[in-house]
Amino acid sequence: MVHPDQVRAAISQALPDATVEVEDLTGGGDHLQVTVVSSAFDGLSRVKQHQLVYGALRSELASEAIHALALQTSTPS
Amino acid sequence: MDASLKQRIDDLVASSPVFVFMKGNKLMPQCGFSNNVVQILNALAVPFETFDVLSDMEIRQGIKDYSEWPTIPQVYVNGEFIGGSDILIEMYNSGELREKLAVALA
Repeated sequence: MVHPDQVRAAISQALPDATVEVEDLTGGGDHLQVTVVSSAFDGLSRVKQHQLVYGALRSELASEAIHALALQTSTPS
Repeated sequence: MDASLKQRIDDLVASSPVFVFMKGNKLMPQCGFSNNVVQILNALAVPFETFDVLSDMEIRQGIKDYSEWPTIPQVYVNGEFIGGSDILIEMYNSGELREKLAVALA
């Protein structure tokens, strides 16, 4: 499991301008809902947008510290 | 990535216009995210084939490297990776998925 703050920090490091919201769905720290708003997503497909976030969380996902990640990405309106 | 593994995945992806790597199968999905994808494709009444990654550790890891995508399910349309559960839900709700599949299956 990971603390939501760690997830927020990892994403903010990769995408400095991002607004990140992390919700722990079960309280167990391994089922997370993450919303990321960043201008870095501008012009990218959804797959590419999510890949940027997954890249920031590579080690947590590979170790299965995060089992389930519901992800929503968008650009600032 | 190992060439023979890549070939196996290429062949699977090419075996149907809509192909899903998931946990479990259409009738008994073993994970809520895989279930979401099955329900959406059923709702759109499109034909699709699936592969149960729980039955094959090599594919289970390999598919993540293949698409540079760390999670399962993974949905492919005419060989192109279009996303997992979250993206499918978004595309379904916006109507974009129906449109894309109509074109792909035309």
